[in-house]
Amino acid sequence: MAVPGTEAVDLSGAMVLAATPSADWLVVAPVAIPIVFGAVLLMFRHETRIQASVAIIGLIATLACNLLLLLRIMDQGPVVMTMGRWLPPFGISFTADVLGASLALVASLVALVCAFYSTADIGTIGRRYGFYPFLMLMMAGVGGSFLTGDLFNLYVWFEVFLISSFGLLILGSEHRQLDGATKYAILNLIGTTFFLTATALLYGAFGTLNMADIARKADSVREVAPLTTLAMFFLLAFGMKAAAFPVNFWLPASYHTPRIVTAALFGGVLTKVGVYALLRVLVMLLPPERALLSGVIGWVAAATMILGVMGALAQTDIRRALGFVVISSVGIMLAGLALGNGEGLAGTIFYAFHSMIVMAALYLLAGIMNGLGGSYSLRTLSGLYANHPLIAAFALILILASAGLPPASGLWPKVMLVRASLDAGQGWLALAVLATGFFTTLALGRVFILAVWRQRDEAVTAERYSPLLGYVTLGILAVPVLFMGLYPQPVINIAEQAAGGILDASTYIGTVFPEGAQP
Amino acid sequence: MRTLIFRTTAPYLASLMVLFSIFVLLRGHNEPGGGFIGGLIAASAFAIYGIACGVSPVRRALYFHPTAISGFGLLVSACSGLLSLFEGVPFLTGIWTEINVGVPVDISTVIAFDIGVYLVVVGSITSIALALEEREHA
Repeated sequence: MAVPGTEAVDLSGAMVLAATPSADWLVVAPVAIPIVFGAVLLMFRHETRIQASVAIIGLIATLACNLLLLLRIMDQGPVVMTMGRWLPPFGISFTADVLGASLALVASLVALVCAFYSTADIGTIGRRYGFYPFLMLMMAGVGGSFLTGDLFNLYVWFEVFLISSFGLLILGSEHRQLDGATKYAILNLIGTTFFLTATALLYGAFGTLNMADIARKADSVREVAPLTTLAMFFLLAFGMKAAAFPVNFWLPASYHTPRIVTAALFGGVLTKVGVYALLRVLVMLLPPERALLSGVIGWVAAATMILGVMGALAQTDIRRALGFVVISSVGIMLAGLALGNGEGLAGTIFYAFHSMIVMAALYLLAGIMNGLGGSYSLRTLSGLYANHPLIAAFALILILASAGLPPASGLWPKVMLVRASLDAGQGWLALAVLATGFFTTLALGRVFILAVWRQRDEAVTAERYSPLLGYVTLGILAVPVLFMGLYPQPVINIAEQAAGGILDASTYIGTVFPEGAQP
Repeated sequence: MRTLIFRTTAPYLASLMVLFSIFVLLRGHNEPGGGFIGGLIAASAFAIYGIACGVSPVRRALYFHPTAISGFGLLVSACSGLLSLFEGVPFLTGIWTEINVGVPVDISTVIAFDIGVYLVVVGSITSIALALEEREHA
C-alpha cells in the first residue's frame, strides 16, 4: 500500500526522476524479449508445430534490438538503465558498452541461425521436452550477462543460462547425455560457487556490486582489501566457465553428447561468456591485479591452446575433436587478456566474434556430415566431396577460418594477437598462438582429408537426408566469416573501441554516475 | 503413505495450505511473506495431495500443466516490468493506481510481479514434486 503523504517526500536523493527515453529500453530489450517469448513457449509447450516459428520471430527481434543497441552505443557512448528507478549503486544497472553489446549481437546471430537449423534437427519429442523455451531462456541469460552492469546480477544471469543449458543438454534423456550432463553440472556448479564466494568477498571489501562503482572505488579500497586474492578467485571461477586449462574437463566430457544444434550453441556462445566476464572483471574492474596475474594468465592461455588442440588431434569423433578446438580457441582469447594492452584485447574481442560464429558453424557442419555420411566418426565418414561438393567448400572455409588462414576470419585477430605479443616482448606467447594455428590446421585438415576427400567404395550414404537447410544456415554463417576475413577494418574498429572502453573505464563510469549525482 | 487418516485429511490440509499461501502472497508486500514463500507453501500443498491421493488427481485439479503455470507466471512478471515503458520510467519501476471496489484499493505492478513469482514457484516446484512422485509408483 502507498503510504499517505508519500508525494511530499523529496525523492531526488533516492530515485532517477528524469523521464527515461524509450530508446534506452534497447538495453533491456535483448533480455526482456527472449524472456517473454520463452515464457509464452513454455506455456504452449505441446503446440509443437508453432514452437519453432515463434522462437525464430523472438530471436529475430532480439537480433534487431542488439543491432540497434550497438549502433546507438557506437554513436552516443554506453547506455545505462537502472531498474526500478533507484539511483545506481542501489538499483541494479544494465550498462551496455561496445564490448557487451557487440558480443550480445554476435551471440544472438548464432542463436538465430541455430534456431533455423533446429527446425530440422529437433523433432516433436525434443520440442515437447522444451527445446525452444530453454533456447530462449538461455539467450536471455547470455544477453543479460553481456549487458548487465552489476556483478551480482552477472551471477544471476550466469545461473539463468546455466540452468537452461542443463535442460538443453539432457534433451532426449540418453544415458550418455545424463553422464555428460552430470559432469557438466557438477563442475559448473563448483565454478559458480567460486564466483559467488568471490562476489561476496568483493561486496565485503567494496560495499557495492555496481561495476562502475567498483571501478571508481578500486583505487581507494586497494590499500585495505586483498584484491589480488579476489582477482585470483574470479580468474578461477570464470576460467572454469570459459574452459581454460586446467579447469576445463567438463567440456570434452559433455559437449559431444547433446543434439548437434545444442552443441553448436554451447560451443559457439557459452564459453565466450566466461571470457567476457574475465575481460570485464580483470581488465575493467581490477587492472593492477590483472597485471600482477598476467604471467599466470599467459601460461594458462598457452597451455589451454596447445593442450586443447593436441586433444583435437587425438580424437576420431568429429564432435569430440571440435570440443577440444573450442578449448584451444579459449586459450587464444586468454592470450590477449594476459597481454592486457589495447591491441591484444582488441585481438581477443575480435577473436571472440570470429570464434562464436566459426565454432557454431563447425558443429553444424559436423551435423550435416553426420546427416550425409551417417556417422560422426572419422573411421567411417568418407567420400563427401564426390557426392556433395558444396559441403567440401563450406568445410574448407570453416577450417581455414578456425586455423587462422586467409581468406577467412581467423587471420586478423591472430595477426593482432601475435603483433601485440611481440610488441610486449612476449615472443613465446606469439609462438604458442602460431603453433596452435598450425596444429589446428593439422587437426581439422585431418577431418577434411578423411571425411571429405577420402574415397571409399562402400561409402555409407544416409538416405532421405536433405542438406538444403544445413547449406542455408552455413551460408548465412559464411557471410560474416568471409566478410571478417576480407574486409576486417569495421570489425577491428568495433573491437578496438570495445577494448578502449574497458581499458579506460571513465566513459562507462560517467554514464552510470553523471557529474553531480553522488552515490 | 495411503493410510485412511492421511487420505481423508490431505484434501482439507491441501486446500487450507493453498488458501494460506495466497494470504502469505498478499501479505508479503509490506510484511514478511511474498510470492516466493507463498508459492512454496502452495507447491507443498499439491505435493501432499499427490502423496495422499496419487498424481493424476493433482494434475486434474490443477487443470493446466505445472510448467505452463510457471511459464504464465514468468510472462506476468515480465509484463509487469514492461508496463513501465508507457510511463517513461525504467524497467521494473512500480506503477500504482487506485481502483474502487466499494472501498478504494491500491493496485500496482509490484503485486503483479509478485503474483508472477508465486506462479513460477508453484509451477516449477509442483512439476518437480509430481515427477518425483510419479517415478515412485511406476
